This record gives sequence, C-alpha cells and structure tokens, in this order.
Amino acid sequence: MLSGSAIILLSLLAGNFLSAHFSLPIPGNIIGMTLLLFALIFGVVKVRTIKPVCDFLLQNMALFFVPVGVGMVAHFDLIGREFLPITVSMIASTFLVMGATGLIAQRMLKGKGSEDELADR
Amino acid sequence: MSSLTADPTFGLFISIGTYALAKELYRRVRHPLLNPVTVTIAAIIVFILTLDIKYDDYMEGGQYLHYLLGPSVVALALPIYERRERILKMARPIIISILTGSLVSILSATFIAYLLGGTREVILSLAPKSVTTPIALGVSEKIGGLPPLTATIVVLTGCIGGAVGPEFCRLIGVKNIFAVGIAVGTSSHGIGTARMMDEDITGAAYSGLSIGLAGMITAYIMPLMMPVIALFI
Repeated sequence: MLSGSAIILLSLLAGNFLSAHFSLPIPGNIIGMTLLLFALIFGVVKVRTIKPVCDFLLQNMALFFVPVGVGMVAHFDLIGREFLPITVSMIASTFLVMGATGLIAQRMLKGKGSEDELADR
Repeated sequence: MSSLTADPTFGLFISIGTYALAKELYRRVRHPLLNPVTVTIAAIIVFILTLDIKYDDYMEGGQYLHYLLGPSVVALALPIYERRERILKMARPIIISILTGSLVSILSATFIAYLLGGTREVILSLAPKSVTTPIALGVSEKIGGLPPLTATIVVLTGCIGGAVGPEFCRLIGVKNIFAVGIAVGTSSHGIGTARMMDEDITGAAYSGLSIGLAGMITAYIMPLMMPVIALFI
C-alpha cells in the first residue's frame, strides 16, 4: 500500500509539474494518469504494487467529490440567475451524447457484439 | 459553535458519516434517484445552511477528501491497463464512438447554454459536464469555468444517466450491451456506471472503461475545441 501510494503521488506530482511548468492546457491529473499507464505498459511499475491503493481510491471516488459538490452553496445565486441555460443544456446535452455514442457504437460493433458478449460471460 | 465546526474533524465526520448513511439507504431502497452522492451533498447543504455553518469551516475537513480526487484520476490508469487487450481489439468502435460522444457533449452543452443566454463562465463550466468530476474540475479550471459549478453540473448529469440511461438507450433502439455501456459511461461517468452494475456486469465494465477514455479524450481535445467555442461566446 505504501509503495503503491508513493507511485501514485509521484505520477501526480510529475503530471502537475509538467502541466504547470510548460503551461499545458491539460490537467496535471490526466498527465499523471497517462504517465502511470505508460509505466505499466513498459513494465516499470507492477500491477500488484499499485492495485491495493488504486482499488481503495476508485471504490471511494464518489465520496471524494462530496466537498466540491457542497461547494455549490457558494454559487446558488449564479445557478438561480442562469437556471434555464444550465438545466436545459445539461439535460438535452446528456441525451444527445448518450444517443450519438450508443448509436455509433452499436453500428460499428455489429456482428462483433454478440460473440464477444458470450465470450465475456 | 465555530470552535467545533472549524475543527477539520467536523467536516471529515459530516462527509464520511452522511455518505455511509446514504450508501446504506441506497442499498436498502435501490432507487436511482437516491444516488448516494446526490443524497449526501443535498443533506450536507441543508445541514450547514440550517445551522448557519460557514462553507469554509466545513472545508477545513472537506479539503482532505477533496484532495484525493487527483490521485483517483491517476488510479484510473489501472483499469484501463487491465483491459488493454480488449480495448485494442475493439479499439476503432470504442474510440470513434467515445470521441464522437465527447465532441457532441462539449459542443451541444456550450451551444445550448449560449442560445439560452448563458454567460461566459457558465458556458465554460458546462463544457466538460459529461466526464468524471476530478477530470471535469481540472478542465473547467484550465479553460476559465467555475470548478464548483462544474462539479454540481457533473454530479447532476451523472444522476440523469443513472436514473434513465439504460431506458433511454432501449427507447432509441440501442440494444447491444457494449454500446449501452459505452453510451452510459461516456454521457454520465461513474454515477451512470454504478447504475449499469445493476443492469449487466459486462455493460458496466464497458461503462467503466468509457469513464477513463472519455475523460482522457475530453481533456486532450478541449484545447482544440476552444477556438470553436470562442466563435460564439
């Protein structure tokens, strides 16, 4: 757990540093994830080293966004003022994304889906 | 009172305690609208507003949980790595559908908000709305949105997909379980994926994979989309 935590923190630290130092338009956490992915692919980091800490983080991820969600209290007046653009955009866009993604995926997976699905079970 | 609430232990206790109760409630009732995160956030907001507790006091403890979002994004590398062979085998359909979904998300969210008279910071806060919170927060901050507003929108977006995602997919004729998983994960991240767990485990695995891929794709294409968004804001 300890060495795994250190590896996660080092990836994040490197990602944050690269993002800030080169003023990249990509968040440091994404760069950190990409670095860790390559470290796994090239065998620099072993799965069993990071698995316990990754499982802990991913299983409890929902809890970690409670504080920032509560932060909406500071923006109630803004949400009230722009209620229509925020809610309509959010709802309509969510269904558009789901429709576009699902229809394209289904079309491209045609014939492939059923056999893979059986193999998966 | 303030000496009690300004103790970091207070914010941590309220967050973890409420979340534990909300999870127990969801486990018993299993209603999509009772999503544990939504319930926890709503309950804490009502609580601190009723007792007139400052958000800053709550964040004395809340910040420690909030910090862990960054490491959680890094941890997403593992599930992607573990499914690498299957991803490579079905790379084209997966990447093209998620890429299209991410483009539709960024463009439709910003353009609809613009048509309805949204201000610049609201439009930019909506841009990363379909991806998982920690990634959306990072993107929102980078492009000049309001991260707390983005977080709110992301959580609510997840609740939409969590409540009716699979039903909507069936309604429009998307029946292939991989396609349903990819659609729900791309449009409503972890909250949608949690719902897929109740539907079908294979679909849920693809939904989970889509969280990481859609997040990564959105973060990397957002800088390229900014000139397009800049045309109308």
